[in-house]
Amino acid sequence: MQATMEFLKLYWAPLLCGVAVVAILPLVAGYIVLVERKLMADMQARLGPMRVGPHGLLQPIADAVKLLIKEDIIPDNADKMVFWLAPVLSVGAALLSLAGLAIGPAFQIAQDINIGILFVVGISAMGIFGIVLGGWASNSHYSLMGALRSSAQLVSYETAAGMALVSALLFTGTLNIKSIVEVQSQEGIWFVMLAPVAFFTYLVASIAETNRAPFDLPEAESELVAGYMTEFSGFRWSLYFLAEYTNMIVVASVATTLFLGGWLRPFAGVPWLNFLDFVPTLLVVAVAAYCLVRAPKQPTRVQQFFMLAVAGLCFVVGLVLVAPVVLPIAKPFYAGIHGGFWFIFKVSLYIYFFMWLRFTIPRYRFDQLMRLGWHFLIPLSIINVLLIGVALIAGSYFNLHGWGLLLVTTPAAVITLVAALLILVAEKERDAGQDPNAASDFYAG
Amino acid sequence: MVTRRNVVHGAIFLITALLATAGIFLQLRAEFLFIVQIILYVGGIMVLFVFVIMLVNLDVALQQIQFARKKWVALLVALALAAQVGLMFWSSGKMPGQGLPVLTAAAAASLPPNSETVAHSLFESYLLPFEIASILLLVAMIGAVVMAKKRT
Repeated sequence: MQATMEFLKLYWAPLLCGVAVVAILPLVAGYIVLVERKLMADMQARLGPMRVGPHGLLQPIADAVKLLIKEDIIPDNADKMVFWLAPVLSVGAALLSLAGLAIGPAFQIAQDINIGILFVVGISAMGIFGIVLGGWASNSHYSLMGALRSSAQLVSYETAAGMALVSALLFTGTLNIKSIVEVQSQEGIWFVMLAPVAFFTYLVASIAETNRAPFDLPEAESELVAGYMTEFSGFRWSLYFLAEYTNMIVVASVATTLFLGGWLRPFAGVPWLNFLDFVPTLLVVAVAAYCLVRAPKQPTRVQQFFMLAVAGLCFVVGLVLVAPVVLPIAKPFYAGIHGGFWFIFKVSLYIYFFMWLRFTIPRYRFDQLMRLGWHFLIPLSIINVLLIGVALIAGSYFNLHGWGLLLVTTPAAVITLVAALLILVAEKERDAGQDPNAASDFYAG
Repeated sequence: MVTRRNVVHGAIFLITALLATAGIFLQLRAEFLFIVQIILYVGGIMVLFVFVIMLVNLDVALQQIQFARKKWVALLVALALAAQVGLMFWSSGKMPGQGLPVLTAAAAASLPPNSETVAHSLFESYLLPFEIASILLLVAMIGAVVMAKKRT
């Protein structure tokens, strides 16, 4: 009993955060889906969900209720235990890896673990078992095909992503997430400037790892029905969905932490650009003003009130954001509040880019996907790691820091790009020697 | 693991066993080994295991009588192991200076950072054996590629 109390005392904050994450994340994922549908609608010149709440703002809740009351079907010949275990594994791995992330300097559940970034990457890689076992347990050919495809895809792109992470970690010399961001703050430059090729590699690999279009081969609707989740319905299906969107948040957060300066404001160390602290407030207030303008045009009274409520909420958030900048009393909370804002802002931008790609680029063929991974991205990332290592040695020889490091890393990036061009040319020549119609079809179905 | 007739169930139990090993590393405050165990064995090797298991025809394998005959032996061995571990835990509280080393948070904080320690011992003290091992692995990899390549 006493030991339990000690444990609670020591760990109550992380525990509370953990419970909060598990409770809030489905809602967040639901709203990401809503944003995605709205964006898709906008890019296809239609309106998207409009019925539930003003501009479909309550759609995620309606979706969740629908999913929860749906019939839970387990196929007759399915392996019941594994069928039950698979979605749980998927969502468990995704949620667990969130624990290592730091949303601003103040919010981190598993604080200051020595292996931070490896923990996040390693645990989220375990989610692949959910996909593979789920596909196998359904006892259906489409599911199995999707599972095989996804395991091949995830394993091959993990190498490229890992190499990209290594080339960014070379600059930090630490795996601790907080220290990584602090190094970027000391150097005064984000690693996306120092290692642009690594960032690009990670971007592509992270899209492939989260099974997003244009690499959503495991669930290619037109070929495989729905891939590994064909036989899943209702709550189990929504668990898979939650895992997928959580994984998106995880890869976006890893990229933000390593390459985009984590919770740092753009130009964090430059005093004359401190007016940028007002940008978050202005953004939120602009949203609030838009809601106020649109409120009278809503068709029903309830929707008008709802719009006003959203505007009020935005104003409150704006007040919270502006307080640490203006009031001296609230100064201590500056790092936490604004750090959180910038982190979430960057993660949202990254996810927005994912969606943008999804509606722009058509799906790859499976052998094209494997070739892009093995023949292009992996060699490119290995060359990049080598050259960045050389650049860092040169940088320490000339005693370069911060923006000065660009002097050595830019040539490294240029050489890597030349190497990439050479790889592409070699591929072209190989293609010219082959029969164009002889598409290799390993597990392509 | 051995008592299962279905290979995939066996693989799932193997994953659990590997995760438990990772947990032991974590309890010994070897975080780096913990995560490397998870990334390499659970995230890498076991995925390939499961992948291969799914590619072979399971129905044929199920009809054959496999190792399952020996499950009583396996059970005995597992029980003996469990008894040993239990004895260790039980005795650790009884005698001072014996049994499991239990680290308090303060003592753990004074330990050197785990990943740095591993790196130093790998790349400074044991550089030559490490390089030899990696060359051996490289040779094995090239050999596997050559053998797997279709003869056209």
